[in-house]
Amino acid sequence: MNLFQRTIRDLHQMLIDREISSVELTESVLDHIVNVGDKTKAYLLVTKGLALRQARAADERLRSKRDIRPLTGIPIALKDVLCVKNVASTAGSKILKGFTPPYSATVVDRLEAEGAVFLGKTNCDEFAMGSSNENSGYWPVHNPWALDRVPGGSSGGSAAAVASGEAIAALGSDTGGSIRQPAALTGIVGFKPTYGRVSRYGLIAFASSLDQIGPMTRDVADSAVLLQAIAGHDPCDSTSSPKPVPDYLASLREGVKGMRLGVPKEYFVAGMEPAVEQSIRDAIRLFEQQGASIEEVSLPHSDVALPAYYIIAPAEASSNLARYDGTRYGFQAGGGRNIIEEYMLTRQQGFGAEVKRRIMLGTYALSSGYYDAYYLQAQKVRTLIIDDFKRAFTKVDALLGATSPTVAFPLGAKTQDPVAMYLNDIITIPANLGNVCGISVPCGLADGLPIGLQIIAPGFREDLALRVAFAFETATEFHNGRSPLMGAAA
Amino acid sequence: MTAIATKYEVVVGLEVHAQVLTQSKMFCGCSTDYLTAPPNANTCPVCLGLPGSLPVINRRAVEATIRTALALNCEIPEFSKFDRKNYFYPDLPKGYQISQYDLPLSRRGHLDFDVKGEPRRCGITRVHLEEDTGKLLHEGAIHESQASLVNFNRSGVPLMEIVSEPDLRSADEAREYVMRLRAILQFIGVNKGDMESGQLRCDANVSLRPAGSTELGTKVEVKNMNSFRAIHRAIEYEIERQTQVLDTGGRLTQETRGWNDARGLTVSQRSKEFAEDYRYFPEPDLPPLDVSRTWVEEIRASLPELPAARRERFVTAYGLTPYDASLLTSTRPMAEFFEETVRLGAPAKASANWILGDFSRLLNADHNEIQDSSIKPRHLSKLISLIDSGAISGKMAKQIFDTMYRASDPGPALEAAGGSSQISGDAELAAIVEQVIAENAKSVADFKAGKEQALKFLIGQGMKLSKGRANPQRLDTLLREKIS
Repeated sequence: MNLFQRTIRDLHQMLIDREISSVELTESVLDHIVNVGDKTKAYLLVTKGLALRQARAADERLRSKRDIRPLTGIPIALKDVLCVKNVASTAGSKILKGFTPPYSATVVDRLEAEGAVFLGKTNCDEFAMGSSNENSGYWPVHNPWALDRVPGGSSGGSAAAVASGEAIAALGSDTGGSIRQPAALTGIVGFKPTYGRVSRYGLIAFASSLDQIGPMTRDVADSAVLLQAIAGHDPCDSTSSPKPVPDYLASLREGVKGMRLGVPKEYFVAGMEPAVEQSIRDAIRLFEQQGASIEEVSLPHSDVALPAYYIIAPAEASSNLARYDGTRYGFQAGGGRNIIEEYMLTRQQGFGAEVKRRIMLGTYALSSGYYDAYYLQAQKVRTLIIDDFKRAFTKVDALLGATSPTVAFPLGAKTQDPVAMYLNDIITIPANLGNVCGISVPCGLADGLPIGLQIIAPGFREDLALRVAFAFETATEFHNGRSPLMGAAA
Repeated sequence: MTAIATKYEVVVGLEVHAQVLTQSKMFCGCSTDYLTAPPNANTCPVCLGLPGSLPVINRRAVEATIRTALALNCEIPEFSKFDRKNYFYPDLPKGYQISQYDLPLSRRGHLDFDVKGEPRRCGITRVHLEEDTGKLLHEGAIHESQASLVNFNRSGVPLMEIVSEPDLRSADEAREYVMRLRAILQFIGVNKGDMESGQLRCDANVSLRPAGSTELGTKVEVKNMNSFRAIHRAIEYEIERQTQVLDTGGRLTQETRGWNDARGLTVSQRSKEFAEDYRYFPEPDLPPLDVSRTWVEEIRASLPELPAARRERFVTAYGLTPYDASLLTSTRPMAEFFEETVRLGAPAKASANWILGDFSRLLNADHNEIQDSSIKPRHLSKLISLIDSGAISGKMAKQIFDTMYRASDPGPALEAAGGSSQISGDAELAAIVEQVIAENAKSVADFKAGKEQALKFLIGQGMKLSKGRANPQRLDTLLREKIS
């Protein structure tokens, strides 16, 4: 087996056994990026020099057996929405072309402290707005399972990198499904923690009340390891929770026997592909066989989650993206006769169509006279969705459903129809609005394309989500499926 | 003004912005020193609004705002939050200002002040907390300038907005209100009150309505007034301008006008049709604030004596006129100077007269503050005692005070005035003692009967006879010897 095909934990063992060095491992991944990078287009920037420097430092740490952490020497990819000091960070947008942050995101600092190796910045939908990665300001990403298909979005680059072997693991960000949906579409594990579990400091904001950083990995145990490294309170993020972080690996193997698992009937949405539904039903049966009790539950306000989301997220985005005016950093159009004209030219040329659409939606929703009807109303809906989850979690321990109603669709299939594109996130959005956590794990293939099972656990019960996901993974082989670009085990 | 006042009623409300004197900025750890630091030296990703940065609330700034609100008799709700005020401007790096919209830290207070000794009360709508913006510098004149420079050192400095009710009825009242407010901010140590540097800024909403009407007229917001004088002049100008418009049958437009101090007039900046829609919404990066009652009570307990209370005390304890008491308490250092002078033995009325008269005149001429003068309470107290004892005349005292004021050390001038002419020789004093005993038979008898007080009176008479030049200790000794 090639090094780039392995998991964090395998590689960690090999590193501490001195079987391999981090430099060898990093070179293996970098070489693979050279081999398949043109096909996936997963990276916007490969930081080869930085990676090798970090790998050498990690090897030194491993050699001297000094402060060896689970991620020491492990090559990781970072979604381009994460600020890395002195490394170009553009959030997939042309408007941030040339911007090099003078500081690193808290999660980046934490990974650096672990001794992780940064491979580069992965492609994504511009400012994380999209479900196919086709809204990247630079180029679309191709699904490693079928290059004519999208990898999902917005963390499509991170998903494709992990699924193709161009990274051992990656960080993504999830505002309405942007970790889970691409994970499902590329056959990997993607975990959106509860809002407040992971610091957002240094995450280029899309919708501040919904954004959350999370791990994208080859299996569930790797997800636990990566989350462990980044979770926990950060004094720089007032919305991060002071709740202590449990040991996620400790409870991983406890199984689902005796657990009550709920199946929200609303999550079998219209338009769900039969193969997807079949896989989910099979997964549910498997949990039953493992001793879990299955119960149908209702989350009655699921149908209004999507419209509420498309008020709240654009409203916050319209404000968050106001700072990109070309006067201080990034792209500046030039040629404006006065400051207002210069703002307009810069924003006209710097932002893509979907970002502009959402800025307009959000600006409208917050306008005087419309605020009550839109933004305030959407916030009320959000409260109802939070209550839906609270009620469901009095009856069951976790919820099961599909991550995406479809498998990866062809590039260009939905670009002309924003609403069809928005519907991709119909079963991932409630978890963002509802302050709960959700993980997507591979649960089957349809015509050679991956399907994802979504497991939702109550707020700050990441341990529970991981435990259920691990039970499923242990009983199945889906996570061992490899995309053609990853290559067969050699 | 009287003619106008009978026809129209003037309605003025003020919005005062006061920077909060904290070490670090509102939402980051940068220093608030924006006046002396090199441009953009005190900045970081947060106050520069860099992508991904997040604000963290400065608890001290919240505390200072609550302190101010309590001093202005406001209610402090248990729940408050920050909101985003969205607008584009090059000095606003995030494209929004973190401010407070519908749930400010405080509301419903009042401020008592007086106009020429007449008490007035103005309602305080709210005191809320927000962040200051950066500062733009233009090369040359703004209209011709090819480039503008931005200094973000001020960006994120905590700023309180103190909004008054439209309770003020003249330019005089508006000026007195701001002076009193400034005194309070200084008293409680939240702001230095410097208007020129922009630590304290004032906007006025001015409107007129027919006398007797209860409906508000069309309001005009006047900005850019950076002195008490400017506030007064701008409002006077605006009253006159609006009166003329109304008198000639015109209609006023709701607009923002800027005060041009050099030309002495207000200029239209933007009208309501072009008014911004700030699209306020709750700041999602900051959790709402729970303001505990314990905290509020702690802050209340730590408040010093406020100008209004001190003014009251000056009237009752020192017998000052409300007007003098009001002026003396207009700044904390002046009030403290006065009290210290009195404590050292000077009569209150004389102390007040000196401080508010010659002393203030000299200070004003030099744009100096009382606490920065070389004259200290002990000097003034000594000077007053020299006058009272008759050692020097009032006219001499004025000259001596002038010399003292200009000297880096007022001591020598004071010594020269009092010390050198003192009569200590027993021969000279004997004559005075004789005369005192001869003219005050009753007090002499009282002293003989054991009334110690009577001797003090006799010494006083001796001082008077000697025009204050007698050495009181020697007088004491000689009188005792002679009587007993």
